[in-house]
Amino acid sequence: MAGRPRRLRRKTYYAMRMKRAVQLLFYKRHREPGAKGWELRRRLGSDYMKVLDLLNDYLDKLGLTVKTVFEEEANPPENPSLEQLDKARFYVTLKGSEGSQETKLIGWRIDDLAGLAVTLSFIISKGGKTPRKDLETLLRTKLPGWRVDLNLHRYLRAGYIVEDENGQLYLGWRTRAEVDQKKLVDLLLEAEP
Amino acid sequence: MATAKKPRRLGKEELRRIIEFCQSVESRGLNPFLVEVDDLISVIKEYYPNWEDPDDLCLDAEALNSIASIIKLQSEWIKRRASSLYRDPFLVEEKLRSLPIEKIVEVFQKAWHPVVEFEQITIGSLGAAMKYWNALAPLDERWREDELALAETGATTREELVKQGLLLSETFSSELEDLWNELKSAVGKDGKISYWDFVGADTYEDTVKRAYLTSFLITYGYAALEVHPLEEKIFILPYQKQISKEDAQPFSFPIPISFEEWKRWREGREG
Repeated sequence: MAGRPRRLRRKTYYAMRMKRAVQLLFYKRHREPGAKGWELRRRLGSDYMKVLDLLNDYLDKLGLTVKTVFEEEANPPENPSLEQLDKARFYVTLKGSEGSQETKLIGWRIDDLAGLAVTLSFIISKGGKTPRKDLETLLRTKLPGWRVDLNLHRYLRAGYIVEDENGQLYLGWRTRAEVDQKKLVDLLLEAEP
Repeated sequence: MATAKKPRRLGKEELRRIIEFCQSVESRGLNPFLVEVDDLISVIKEYYPNWEDPDDLCLDAEALNSIASIIKLQSEWIKRRASSLYRDPFLVEEKLRSLPIEKIVEVFQKAWHPVVEFEQITIGSLGAAMKYWNALAPLDERWREDELALAETGATTREELVKQGLLLSETFSSELEDLWNELKSAVGKDGKISYWDFVGADTYEDTVKRAYLTSFLITYGYAALEVHPLEEKIFILPYQKQISKEDAQPFSFPIPISFEEWKRWREGREG
């Protein structure tokens, strides 16, 4: 009989930790959404990965998932160390690709989203960086010039891409969090007009 | 011999061309293997004996540096091609040009998992913001410039200036001079004395005071420190005449004057 209250206490403990994790991951507190591993460890305790696993199970039913983006993006560790987890950033993202096209546009115009897809695929195919001019030339084949400028500004502001002082464009934090880069390029190559 | 006769101007133009070529390959993200590194190196080698001016040598070094950047790019290119993410950029570009917008979006949606983030205000943050607002002073109060207090001009005393640190007190100057004379007479034939033997006094307070004054002797160019780090010994060497500030010891050297150190020194002296 003594086991039951202990189990209940543990359940309450993790329920409280999950609530706190939701606040940390959903609400934007800094420039970037989500939270760093060390932040979660400090706020949720050393077993924060267990809390995130429980939260992930719960979010799964809602079509959401906790996404971990490691610093070593090109080569994410299979069994990450505590230090690698501390430095990683955790986000909540949409899980699957199901849903109608309208719901998946989530407020974007189809032109703008296509521009984003072209931008990201082009940079990925060029090894992670490309001169802005080359990308603009490609985008202008299907979008008016004024919209190209406007869109690139939007992608930059949202964190999908970053630009250096030499006019080179790179993938930004949001692309790393939201886009399955390999899948995108593979699907693109397989696609038929 | 033909190389030596080639005008330097031609050589410099060649080097500039190499630099520009390498830079354009780098900035435009072109295939770095388009660059024949061996050929470029042989051109640099060919002209190298002609360079005499530092400017020419700098240009030569810059050309070499840009070739080194290309070699680095070649290494990255191979690594990328070997990675699982590599897909031929020309094929990708071709697809992007040929596919209709709707199809591109459809593909993208399968690989896109937007971050869920809330920016809504909560009751708690609204309460905190209201509290802040209520406590916030109006702009005209916050931006009001501090008025400078007007002061009447008047006479001041020497003591006041000494107190404010604008003038050195006579006592201080004369104390410094006395200490300098004492230092000059205390040194041995080698013209120096151990630091602790000089600043050490019967009481700890006096020792601190002497150390303080001694630091001014060194700063003002009346004496110099000689530090032997391995033997952990410090000596003071007085100058017979004050040297200029520029020639005085140009660095700071902290010497802790702790009570324990002073006690050890005194016990050593008495023992």
